[in-house]
Amino acid sequence: MLLQAADVSLRYRPESPLVLDGVTLDVRPGEVVGLLGPNGSGKTSLLRLLSGVRTPTSGRVMLNGASLTSLSRRAVAKQLAVVPQGIELAFDYTALDMVLMGRHPHLGPFSMEGPDDYAQARAAMAATGTASLEDRLFRTLSGGEQQRVIIAAALAQQPQVLLLDEPTTALDLGAQLDLAALLRRLNADRGVTLVLSTHDLHLAASVCHRLVLLRHGRIIGSGPVGDMLTPAHLRDVFDVEADVLPADAARAFAIVPVRRHPA
Amino acid sequence: MMVRRRFPLVMAAAGLLTVSVVLWAPTVGSTPISLSRAFDPAIDWQANVDAQIFFVARLPRVLAGALVGAALAAAGVVLQALLRNPLATPFTLGVSSGAALGAMLATAFRLEATLLGISAVPLASFAGSMLATAIVYALAASQRRGLSTNVLLLAGVTLNAFFSALILFVQYFADMADALRAVRWLMGDLDVGTLAPLAGALPLLLLSAAGMAVLPRALNLLTMGEDVAASRGVDVAGAQRLAFVSASLATGAAVSLGGPVGFIGIIVPHLVRLVVGADHRLVLPASTLVGAAFLVACDVLARTLLAPVEVPVGIITAVIGGPFFLWLLVRHA
Repeated sequence: MLLQAADVSLRYRPESPLVLDGVTLDVRPGEVVGLLGPNGSGKTSLLRLLSGVRTPTSGRVMLNGASLTSLSRRAVAKQLAVVPQGIELAFDYTALDMVLMGRHPHLGPFSMEGPDDYAQARAAMAATGTASLEDRLFRTLSGGEQQRVIIAAALAQQPQVLLLDEPTTALDLGAQLDLAALLRRLNADRGVTLVLSTHDLHLAASVCHRLVLLRHGRIIGSGPVGDMLTPAHLRDVFDVEADVLPADAARAFAIVPVRRHPA
Repeated sequence: MMVRRRFPLVMAAAGLLTVSVVLWAPTVGSTPISLSRAFDPAIDWQANVDAQIFFVARLPRVLAGALVGAALAAAGVVLQALLRNPLATPFTLGVSSGAALGAMLATAFRLEATLLGISAVPLASFAGSMLATAIVYALAASQRRGLSTNVLLLAGVTLNAFFSALILFVQYFADMADALRAVRWLMGDLDVGTLAPLAGALPLLLLSAAGMAVLPRALNLLTMGEDVAASRGVDVAGAQRLAFVSASLATGAAVSLGGPVGFIGIIVPHLVRLVVGADHRLVLPASTLVGAAFLVACDVLARTLLAPVEVPVGIITAVIGGPFFLWLLVRHA
């Protein structure tokens, strides 16, 4: 198993309620797993536990068989990379600067990036279609461009698994389609395992192999996309009545929300 | 160009600037002297008035300016990255005032204690800067997205008012001569007289430099937020602690030497960033060198502008730095 959460629970403060309650999740190499659930269901918290930036209150997370708490941040970063919802920069780094920072776990404390690191960074930029943005300041890029540069930086870490937190939230329609295509390509061509949280049912349907449904910090369903995106499950997760249109040659199946279900 | 190649170029340019300014500054003054004569080994020391003026009368003050400028500029860079806000500086955050209060208390109570060869005034100054940084940092830690400019400025104003009140209170009990000396020192005073005060502050400066030496790449990543830095392999808590202590050490040592000279920590890093970009592996060491050159140059101005009357160097840096800070504030708002 590549990444494993075993019965993890989390509360941010001793007196506050559990945001995750006994969650168990296995991610196999090469899988694309989507975390689906309403706001506050614990998706982002689960990603933070999986990446090790937070330690679970109980239970544990294993990466390639080793407990995350037993690994150094550098060791984790060589195997696992995170794509946050966005990065607010206080300083003017270029796109290439940003991607080169992905090489951090591979460098010694005083060493600076060499030709190999530049090659890795440029390959990651080529893979994400950001090669032409190299010298542009990150802050001047569009939301979609920024998102792809952030993914390139994560790829420069050469990770086996990529965790993405609501990757399409800030993107326009065209950029959403580009991102879905990019994620499919990364998985199919480079064999990168993906775990992503999302509200975007189209992204979930068109990219993920397996969906995990979260509500109130618990898993209420898990399985292949086709089994999870049913009217019954959508009602259980979101309190929404929805029609599910079958897939055809041109697209994955589509979900049309109809009305909010009375709670 | 790869940062590996740019690093030696940037260091050479900044180093050349600093060395030139430090060699030039002692030649300026009421008695003109010649550099070549001062460094001529053929002339006997007793007979070489130029060398005596250069090394004994003027060099300690120039070196004090260089050390204070370097330390305050470096502390500015580190605080800006740590708080994820380019307007953070030891002076505007109240860290310098905290250090000044510490130094004044040690002076007022005639503290003679030393610790590992470091004398009482720099130590008390460090304690003061540490206290102020801890307060700012605790505020920042309570806000996940870094310290907003509003909170940062308000915290700085509050801390400055708080420490200034306590500084005035200490002065209130001092005798006339001590109070006058203190007022002069609070406006920035690099006239250290001999090399002894420099030696007293040097251990703190070296410790801080050692701490900062391992920080630059972590600082780059910390400016993107704690979670991003952690997921890229940075030991966030460790790096933040080191940044926090080394910035306090630098500010404490600098203030104990030259008083709370303002705005170095914001002017210098911004000018350096305009030339070398935002990479802290270049910005931090280059700002340290340029900070030294900048304060020494300001002090030359302070000595010559209204000669024979001396303008306190803190007034010079404030006259340059105040408008500069306002301009940045407008640009960032």
